[in-house]
Amino acid sequence: MSVLQVAPKPDSREITSWGARFDGPTTVACVIVVVFTLAAVFAPVIAPYDPTQVDPSAVYQGPSVAHLLGTDNTGRDILSRLLHGARSSLLGPAIVVLIAAVVGTVIAVSAAWIGGRFDAFVSRALDVIFAFPGLILAIVAVAVIGPGLLAPAAALSISYIPYIARVLRTAAIRQRNLPYIAALEVQGFGAVAICVRHLVPNLLPLLIVQATVSYGYALLDLSAISFLGLGTQPPTPEWGLMVANGQSSIIAGHVEQSLYAGLTILVAVVAFNVLGQGLAKAFMGDDR
Amino acid sequence: MSALLSIDRLRVELPAAKKGMRTVIHDVSLDVQAGEAVGLVGESGSGKSMTTRAVMRLLPEGARLSGEIRFDGISIPGMDRRALRRWRATRVGMIFQDPRAHINPVRTIGDFLFEGVMLDGRLSTSQARERISHLMRAVGIADVDRRLNQYPHELSGGLLQRVMIAAALTTEPELLLADEPTTALDVTTQEEVIAIIDELRRERGLAMLFITHDLDLAAAVCGRIAVMYAGSIVEEQKADALGLATSHPYTKGLLAARPELGRRERRLQTIEGRPISAFEVGDGCAFATRCPRVRDRCRQERPAPTQVPGGRVACHFIDFIDAAAGSPAVGSGGGTR
Repeated sequence: MSVLQVAPKPDSREITSWGARFDGPTTVACVIVVVFTLAAVFAPVIAPYDPTQVDPSAVYQGPSVAHLLGTDNTGRDILSRLLHGARSSLLGPAIVVLIAAVVGTVIAVSAAWIGGRFDAFVSRALDVIFAFPGLILAIVAVAVIGPGLLAPAAALSISYIPYIARVLRTAAIRQRNLPYIAALEVQGFGAVAICVRHLVPNLLPLLIVQATVSYGYALLDLSAISFLGLGTQPPTPEWGLMVANGQSSIIAGHVEQSLYAGLTILVAVVAFNVLGQGLAKAFMGDDR
Repeated sequence: MSALLSIDRLRVELPAAKKGMRTVIHDVSLDVQAGEAVGLVGESGSGKSMTTRAVMRLLPEGARLSGEIRFDGISIPGMDRRALRRWRATRVGMIFQDPRAHINPVRTIGDFLFEGVMLDGRLSTSQARERISHLMRAVGIADVDRRLNQYPHELSGGLLQRVMIAAALTTEPELLLADEPTTALDVTTQEEVIAIIDELRRERGLAMLFITHDLDLAAAVCGRIAVMYAGSIVEEQKADALGLATSHPYTKGLLAARPELGRRERRLQTIEGRPISAFEVGDGCAFATRCPRVRDRCRQERPAPTQVPGGRVACHFIDFIDAAAGSPAVGSGGGTR
């Protein structure tokens, strides 16, 4: 008698209690991500000052009731700039991850489905992209297209495709060989229908985890690009840009702007990473 | 009369682990007439599942196939992708061994069935719903609406297999391939599932190729039975003649090895030796290594299937065996060819 390998079956406990299966750090990370997202959405409402409003009479003010995180070298409220900065700082990585996830999934699933030489070619192509650091690709894109949010984001999304496609391809090949896919083929479904309606939904947990972790890294990369002055341009507030702007003030003893912006980036990146790990645990168990 | 499904000298070779090809099916020929149920019986690894996989074009990558498989006169290996899809969708249904492994775990039963019905392409949404609930009742599922909203893991194995049967019948096929449909189920459910398959098959005049390793089960639901050993069909007989006019030593051995209710036995009879794989078979008869009546000729020359009354047997010494067994073969004229 042959016992077939059964697809991991979710029992109802797992389905109903993903939330309950989040451990402490993951819950904290989840809260941070939600708070940051809300801050970005409602920045104009909750920010106490206009982020671009220069006030020569209030430069380099330390934390006070009027300016909770103090002001920068031109008297702009740092808290307001951080809140508004969340908009472009969080939007950039979202674009990167969205493009990389969509393209990566299409590539991974078609490579897994078609297999053979196509798969070999795609895998090597992904390795080639993998060989180029995202930052360098982004800098080249800026050199060609010009600075701003979109050029580096587009370049980074290309360099993030392998991160998503390589992991998904392996999982897609595993799914491809499960009997339920063969059963669907026998029922007469076409390849596209099976992939879109059955294969990809079964890959979603992995995709979400991979996208979340990639989001953190993309945030870090985009901040670095802004720090170099190639990304979002002043006076638009952006975290990486704020770290760069604060540089000159550090010598004068005013670390607030760079410090708070840097800490914000740090917290956001760590939060996305921890959330990704936690999701992986919740979706796939400890033995992934 | 041309058969609905006609397998002619099918030979399948699979790439071996290291190098070269291994033959897993040797010159299998089998016909299934419209409306007829044929049992394909054999032990694990005898090639019965591989034969159905070849019919459904589900062979693993790198497999080499020769011979011909025809459905209603159309060559299946020769179909292009479109034709194959259309054929799979509308004219043939398949039931698998383990229903749980053969259904997408993340979609509801209703989604699964609905998608299958809509493949037909000729039905409106409401007609499709109508057909699904009709089929669900036909396979003996009572609370249809509740079941449609459930996920595969919420159903028992027997219930899930009924769903799979319903799914196989959604587009009203002419041929049903059942690959050990009850092996993964417990014994009481087995009986019910078999009864459902048998009844639905008779009602609809479906042809069926029924794969199993249970001779008695095959004899109960099929009109004709083909016995496979090590990649070849050694014997093909009418089901009711199998116990009596059996002429192949392997089938004889199988039948003798069955325990019987109400008969006390010290030891069950066995077939000496170990079952061999198809690729281990040399030039001779597949059963030569274990046959109690083996002769030199059996080791050197592969016996061709010989017509006997009621079927075909691949053995060099049919006359001899029949005479030695001395069984009163019903409908056989004393073992003449």
